[in-house]
Amino acid sequence: MTLVDAMPLSGAVTAPDIVLRVEGLCVSARTEQGLKPLVQDLSFDLRRGETLAIAGESGSGKSITSLAIMGLLPQPAVRVTGGRIRFGGQELTGLAEPALRSIRGDRIAMIFQEPMTSLNPVMTVGAQLAEAIRAHEPVSRAEAAKRAVEAVRAVRLSEPERRMGQYPHELSGGMRQRVMIAMALALKPEVLIADEPTTALDVTVQREVLDLLRDLQRDLGTAIILITHDMGVVAEMADRVIIMRQGRQVETAPTTDIFARPVADYTRALLAAVPRMGQGPARPPVTSDPIARLTDVVVRYPLRGGLLGGVTHNVHAVEHVSFDIRKGETFALVGESGCGKSTIAKALVGLAPHQGRIEIAGQAMEGLAPDALKAMRRKVQMVFQDPMAALNPRMKVGDLIAEPLVIHQVGDAASQRAKAADLMARVGLEASYLDRYPHEFSGGQRQRICIARALALQPDLIIAAESVSALDVSVQARVLDLLRALQEEFHMSYLFISHDMAVVDNISDRVAVMYLGQIVEMGTKAQIFGNPQHPYTRRLIEAVPVPDPTRKRMTRPRQSTEVPSPLHPVGQRPDPVVLRDIGDGHLVGSM
Amino acid sequence: MAAYLIRRLVISALILLGVSFITFFLLFVLPADPVRQIAGRSATAEAVENIRQQLGLDQPFIVQYARYLGALVQGDMGRSYLQKTEVAELIWSRLPATLLLMAGAIFCELVLGLTMGIVAALWRGRALDQTLMVTSFVTVSAPQFVVSLLLLYVFAVKLGWFPIGGYGTFAHLVLPAVTLGILGSGWYSRMMRSSMIDVLRADYIRTARAKGLGRARIVLRHALPNAILPVIAMIGIDIGVFMGGIVVVESVFGWPGIGQLAWQAIQRVDIPIIMGVTLVSACAIVLGNLLADLIAPFIDPRIKLR
Repeated sequence: MTLVDAMPLSGAVTAPDIVLRVEGLCVSARTEQGLKPLVQDLSFDLRRGETLAIAGESGSGKSITSLAIMGLLPQPAVRVTGGRIRFGGQELTGLAEPALRSIRGDRIAMIFQEPMTSLNPVMTVGAQLAEAIRAHEPVSRAEAAKRAVEAVRAVRLSEPERRMGQYPHELSGGMRQRVMIAMALALKPEVLIADEPTTALDVTVQREVLDLLRDLQRDLGTAIILITHDMGVVAEMADRVIIMRQGRQVETAPTTDIFARPVADYTRALLAAVPRMGQGPARPPVTSDPIARLTDVVVRYPLRGGLLGGVTHNVHAVEHVSFDIRKGETFALVGESGCGKSTIAKALVGLAPHQGRIEIAGQAMEGLAPDALKAMRRKVQMVFQDPMAALNPRMKVGDLIAEPLVIHQVGDAASQRAKAADLMARVGLEASYLDRYPHEFSGGQRQRICIARALALQPDLIIAAESVSALDVSVQARVLDLLRALQEEFHMSYLFISHDMAVVDNISDRVAVMYLGQIVEMGTKAQIFGNPQHPYTRRLIEAVPVPDPTRKRMTRPRQSTEVPSPLHPVGQRPDPVVLRDIGDGHLVGSM
Repeated sequence: MAAYLIRRLVISALILLGVSFITFFLLFVLPADPVRQIAGRSATAEAVENIRQQLGLDQPFIVQYARYLGALVQGDMGRSYLQKTEVAELIWSRLPATLLLMAGAIFCELVLGLTMGIVAALWRGRALDQTLMVTSFVTVSAPQFVVSLLLLYVFAVKLGWFPIGGYGTFAHLVLPAVTLGILGSGWYSRMMRSSMIDVLRADYIRTARAKGLGRARIVLRHALPNAILPVIAMIGIDIGVFMGGIVVVESVFGWPGIGQLAWQAIQRVDIPIIMGVTLVSACAIVLGNLLADLIAPFIDPRIKLR
């Protein structure tokens, strides 16, 4: 069903339906250079039962807006410097803390991006839920506990009674976000602010949480402000959209209009940059020799316990995985968190102890002397997810890029510096930036620096481990273009590890889908995306939010589905997945 | 859990063995001669040699150590050279006083240190925070005898609120406990402050605020239990610092605990007592750390002992 069908209220709205009105809101941060505007002159109305998306890239001011409405700005450093926020006849800006407190959680509730850290780790789920209820309603402990159970049942968590006594670390990310939603909606607020509610979740879990939010909204008539960077989520959830950029409203329109007829140049550029499935460039099949070959690779991490600290359980991170990466090919590993895709990357560069056989350029990695292993590592380089964490903040970027050359003793200092300057130019940065530090660059520029560093040793294979996941879509598109251009130029292979199906569809030649440490389906991009066979592959592809509000989607209420544990007692192992060729090298796992 | 406890106790025993060996060795190579202390200045060389043989101090180091250890595992800590009493008996009679002082001191430390740390964190960057942190710096760097004499002079001599020294009533306990408490509070307040500042930035504190909870509840129910974890680990370590502190403080206040015993024994090179006090202190430190580790899972359910 479409959104319009789902929300009959959103069609004919009249003025009394407005629950929240923001007029000319300005928020500024106090810096050494004076006041720096974070949000400028933002105005919108929020109507009962509607979903308003505030979309934009990092630094657009979308999260600051939500914190301003909640009165949760980190004052006095950041504060509202102008405009009004009217909520049900009350002015929220400048309202005293006790009055704000009585509104927060009760009439305006909020859920946050990071479910893993948004719940207090030392309090039970039940205590945290009951506390939210008792903060606003004079009910007994027993009554609050009863309502907490109801709230957990409403977000379709299994075994609600048992959840009450559990601590947050005993729940998965998706379950924690359901608890956050239960907490936010327990008091039936008029407004729910959801700040990137599904960004940190796996795509199938995201699907469940989005469905849940929509169902609860339909039942409760809550107005939702959805803060997001994901245009797919916008298309599926929102009635109206505000596009923000650098603290200013760029465009506002009903969702269907934004996607069909974007007016502002920025909106058009933003929508053009959004990766979509099925629109990746068709590339001729790569039939060259393999550069990397994995045969029956197994990675297990032992867990110790007992009196003498012996191994009692193994985490089966990777189970009998075999595949080839051909020269000049982009091979993608996709799967959700904990599926073992990153562990394979670690094993490939010798950072995870493995059984089985890994060959790089025809040479097996096992049993190599340390010197030979070091030489082999020149052939495989890695680009990580978080460019800020991957660059030493105390080193100049020139030194960072030249470091692999120093480690492997390639050339003298002058030639290393010349090479670093050359690589900077290759990745589209000015060579004169060599003496700057990482913090002087933007996120996208930093990732380019990481790519330059990976290129320094002219590797045969670059492992891109979620390398574009942390970037804004417009930056992401440019980095993907750069990766493609570099591949053409240097004839490298990529092992592209990602959870983002749309990005994978755009860049890869062949794809392997991983689930619980095993490959469940493998084939060319066309085979995987055009003719997915394994149910898990289908679920992954179906779960991706599509940036097209006219697309119909079948929804049905779902219990939270949890991935089984990869933990097994010593001597036991998960059921092996047997891959069967269904034609043209399209391998499908047994179900 | 049982396996964890057994393993920890075995490790503790090994630590104590190491401590006994190192202390025994240091006392062996020490230039001071215990026999001279026992015999007195006027004793003949023959008499000195006699006593040396009686005490077995003429034997090689390894033999002496093996004998000591052999007796120790049977519960015999030896006899004092000068007091002619069983060391175990001496320590046992003085341990309650020291434990009482330790309890009082840790209580003062925690009350002072945690309060200062929490207040400083909540008023971070303001004048109050800076005043408290300067205060904590002074207490951390002040020598024990200066603080103890200062308190003694002001509250016992000038004001006469508390007795000058001795043992017996609650009033006797106040000054030595407060002295040790003030000295230790600086560490706790600094640690508590930085831990609290970290926790106050956490996402779950933002969640608590978004729920509309009051400031007091956010600080006491949400922030404090999370912030106190590193502090608890520190109490275990602190017992070691404390054992060093009591030697001076017990002497100044005439508190009849094992610190005073140790002080007298060191002056007279009474090796069995020095060994005994050292081992009892080491025991206290090891057990204190074990206790701190056992308490942690009750505060933070994520911590599993295995």
